[in-house]
Amino acid sequence: MKIQMTLNGKKITEEIQPGMLLLDFVRAHGCKSVKRGCETANCGLCTVFVDDKPVLSCSTLVARVSGHKVDTLEGLQEEAAEFGAFIANQGAEQCGFCNPGMIMNALALFRENPDPSEEEIKEYLAGNLCRCSGYEGQLRGIQQFLAYKKEKEGAVCR
Amino acid sequence: MIKIKEYVMAESLEQAYELNQKKRNCIIGGMLWLKMGSRMVPTAIDLSNLGLNTIEENEEEFSIGCMTTLRQLEQHEGLNSYTNGAVSESVRSIVGVQFRNLATVGGSIFGRFGFSDVLTCFLALDTWVELYKGGCIPLAEFARQKPDRDILVRLIVKKHEDKSVYLSHRNSKTDFPVLTCGISLREGQIYTAVGARPSRAVCLCVSEADWKKKGSEALAGELAAQFPTEGNMRAGKEFRSHLAEVLIGRGLKQIEKMQEV
Repeated sequence: MKIQMTLNGKKITEEIQPGMLLLDFVRAHGCKSVKRGCETANCGLCTVFVDDKPVLSCSTLVARVSGHKVDTLEGLQEEAAEFGAFIANQGAEQCGFCNPGMIMNALALFRENPDPSEEEIKEYLAGNLCRCSGYEGQLRGIQQFLAYKKEKEGAVCR
Repeated sequence: MIKIKEYVMAESLEQAYELNQKKRNCIIGGMLWLKMGSRMVPTAIDLSNLGLNTIEENEEEFSIGCMTTLRQLEQHEGLNSYTNGAVSESVRSIVGVQFRNLATVGGSIFGRFGFSDVLTCFLALDTWVELYKGGCIPLAEFARQKPDRDILVRLIVKKHEDKSVYLSHRNSKTDFPVLTCGISLREGQIYTAVGARPSRAVCLCVSEADWKKKGSEALAGELAAQFPTEGNMRAGKEFRSHLAEVLIGRGLKQIEKMQEV
C-alpha cells in the first residue's frame, strides 16, 4: 500500500507492507536514534513525535500515520542540542541507548509544561526506562537545564 | 507477533462493521495489547478517520469517542472537574505519556480486561456504551458480555451531582495494578467498582443512608467481602481482599471529605 508522510520535514511517498511498524520505517530512513528496546510498549526507547505528540513507534503502524508529520531526534537537533549537553554534564547519557527516547520525551514535556515540578518531571518520564543512569542524573540534568533556561529568559527580560 | 495482510482506513462505521464480521479480521484501537499477541490478521480495520477521537460535553452528558486516547481523558478539564479528578487518576499510572497517547478508550473498554483501570473507573460512574448495532446499553451490562463482532462507537457518561474517587495499588509505579477501585456517590447511592481482582471489574451499589448508618470502615469491610478475589503473580487472594477493604475505606473517607466542603 502507498503512504505519504513528512518525516523530519521531508515529504516521503512510499510503498509499504500493511503491517509495517513506524519504528522499522524510520530506521530504514536513517533515523537510527530511534531504538528497538523492549518491543512491549514499556521502555520508551522508540519515542517519536507524531503531529508533535510523543508516541511509541514500536506500536504504531506506518499506515496509520500516513498524511501526518513524524519527527525523530534527527529532525530536532537544534532543539535538543542544548538540553543534551546538560544531560551529558551529569553523566546521564552513559550508553546512549535510552537517551534519544528520553530526550524526545523531555522535549515533549518542555513544550507542554515549561516549568514542571520534580513530581511532574518524574511522572512525565515514567514511560522511559534506563538501566544505566538510575534516573537521578537525568533528573538533575533536566532540573539544571530548566534553571538555566529560566535564568537566561530572566536576563533577556531585564 | 502480529502479522497484518491488509489495512483498511474505514470510511464509515457500516464499512468497518461489514469488514469486522469476518472472524479473523480485527478493529485496531491503540494496538498496544493486540500487538503483544501472535496472530495473522487478514484485514486490520482502522477507525481513526471517523471523527471518533473527541470528548464532547453538554449539560446532560459526556460523549467519548472510541478512538479518544487515554491521554485525552487524563487532560480533559470538563471530565476531570466533573469526576473530581477520578478519570485522570485512573489513567496516570498506565505506563507513560507516549503509551497513553496511543491507547484508546474503545480498546480498553472493548477488551474488558481484568487489569483495566479505565473499566473500573467508568463502571463506578453512570456510563453507557453505544454499540453500532446493539444500541446503547449500560457499561455494567456490556462488561458482563462476551466480546462479539459489534463496534463500540462511544462511551456516554451521564451527569448527576456525582462525587467520585479513584484509587489503585501497584507493586511498582507503571506496572499493571494489583487492585483498582472506583467509587461514586450520586442520587443517594454509593457505587463501588473493584477491578484487577484479578478478573474484570464489577460494581456494587448501596444506599447513602446505609453508608451513613454503618460508617465508612464497616461498610468497606462489608463491601470488600462481596468482591471475589484470586491470587496471581502480583498478589495473593487474601492480600487482594484486604486491599479491597483498605481502598474502599479510603475512597469512602475521601468522599466524606468532599461532602464536607
